[in-house]
Amino acid sequence: MRNFVSRRAEEIPPSGIRKYFDLILTMEDVITLGVGEPDFRTPWNICESSIYSIEQGTTSYTSNKGLQSLREALSRDLEQRYSLRYSADSEMIITTGVSEGLDIALRAVTDPGDEVLIAQPSYVSYAPCVTLAGGSPVPVRCTEKDRFRLNPDLLAEKITSRSKALIINFPNNPTGGIMGKGDLKAIADLVIDHDLLLISDEVYAELTYEGRHCAAATVSDLWERTITLNGFSKAYAMTGWRVGYLCAPQKLLDAALKIHQYVMLCAPVMGQVGAVEALRSAEDEKNGMVSEYRLRRNMFVAGLNRIGLSCHMPEGAFYAFPSVKETGLSDVEFAERLLKEQHVAVVPGSVFGAGGEDHIRCAYAVSRKDLGTALTRMEAFLKTL
Amino acid sequence: MDEKDLELLRILEENSRLSAEELATLTSLSSCEVEKRVLALEAEQVIKGYSTVINWERVGNGEVSAIIELKVSPERNYGYDRIAERLSRFKQVKTLRLMTGTYDLQLLVTGKNMQDVSRFVSEHVAPMDRIRETATHIIMKSYKENGNTLFELKEPERLPISP
Repeated sequence: MRNFVSRRAEEIPPSGIRKYFDLILTMEDVITLGVGEPDFRTPWNICESSIYSIEQGTTSYTSNKGLQSLREALSRDLEQRYSLRYSADSEMIITTGVSEGLDIALRAVTDPGDEVLIAQPSYVSYAPCVTLAGGSPVPVRCTEKDRFRLNPDLLAEKITSRSKALIINFPNNPTGGIMGKGDLKAIADLVIDHDLLLISDEVYAELTYEGRHCAAATVSDLWERTITLNGFSKAYAMTGWRVGYLCAPQKLLDAALKIHQYVMLCAPVMGQVGAVEALRSAEDEKNGMVSEYRLRRNMFVAGLNRIGLSCHMPEGAFYAFPSVKETGLSDVEFAERLLKEQHVAVVPGSVFGAGGEDHIRCAYAVSRKDLGTALTRMEAFLKTL
Repeated sequence: MDEKDLELLRILEENSRLSAEELATLTSLSSCEVEKRVLALEAEQVIKGYSTVINWERVGNGEVSAIIELKVSPERNYGYDRIAERLSRFKQVKTLRLMTGTYDLQLLVTGKNMQDVSRFVSEHVAPMDRIRETATHIIMKSYKENGNTLFELKEPERLPISP
């Protein structure tokens, strides 16, 4: 029999966290700081309105672009929150999570041989999605020295005549780094000079702890060359609902919409109904969750530095990204031994690409009590080294 | 009152047992600063006290609570204030509020048993001057108190590790 697996599928690496997943399942009393999602339940008003709509029989396809009411509410919300202007009718698609948004964005703009720059450390799916879209991923390193902002000089080094697009994600998974308006301006100059497209994944936008999030498309003249991706998962604790959105100028949007209509048709209607309610009535609950993350961040990062793991203060998302260099262990060794010896799960930074090595990602989307226990165990582990 | 004070109040409202050190790490203040702020908030009577949410049903001591609605004739110059203050002094009255709608004052009253509550209402509350009408509603079961649900909620299941 032939090998039916495509070269493309062969080419993409398996997820670097799979082995930890299997290991954790064999253990008891693991405190996991390895989960990239909120620990809160979805606010009840959101659940309730979705349950009601199912009872009313709202179980059909929606238009390809998504519910009109959701797009209109989003259009208003984005303008009010970030001064970001997208038309509900022609510049917005509701996607099945940001994951789908990223995929269709990349497929809409990538030709074979195109290089797509990725600010790393980054979410694990960017590079494989570029490969699947037929492009070549080119990592650009963000360093701790720059507080994990994207440094224009390091970006400039990686730009070639084949560069087509740049993917950024701020606030960042896994570093918690953010980009302010000034930081984005410096990047915008390069993007515009080299005629690149910007794909900006802003799913952690609402989890910004000092000041307000700056949307990339509002900076300089980036709007006309930016695809903005965002979603409801992180801000409203709605990961399993799979609702995201892709916003772009109409020409780009129409290209992405063609792909979306063939591969996804539409995002699940129950999720879309819940998202409408999230925008309508969950502001306070969302703010409450953000305040809680801020408290945990303060407590956990102070704790990490106290026990001897140097960690910059993350300004967004819900990840701390301490360095383990001083311990003499690699990030992979550190994560494996910490899990086996003290039953605390973290994710080695190298999983997230360039710049991630020698760091571990700790998600503080767990209760304060568990964070306290995790710190105690990590301290005990460090003492054995 | 600044953003840090509000942050402290929100934390304390949810859990007043945290130490100054714990509050300090949560808010990125020094514990001295935390103590100073909490003392000031107590002095200003913004913080009125520290209590515990107890699920008395679990204790099974048979304590009974009731909501009592009162129609009251207000007094010239004082409105409802004087009578409300008088009622507040009874230790059986846990909560007292002036309401809009079909009645005026709402009391939450607790007693050792049903007789205890009804004796309190008939001997102390109903005969008071200016009280025109009372309606007593015994609380049968409590599902939520001060933001805390009193029934078990299943922990949401998450993957042990995810990107």
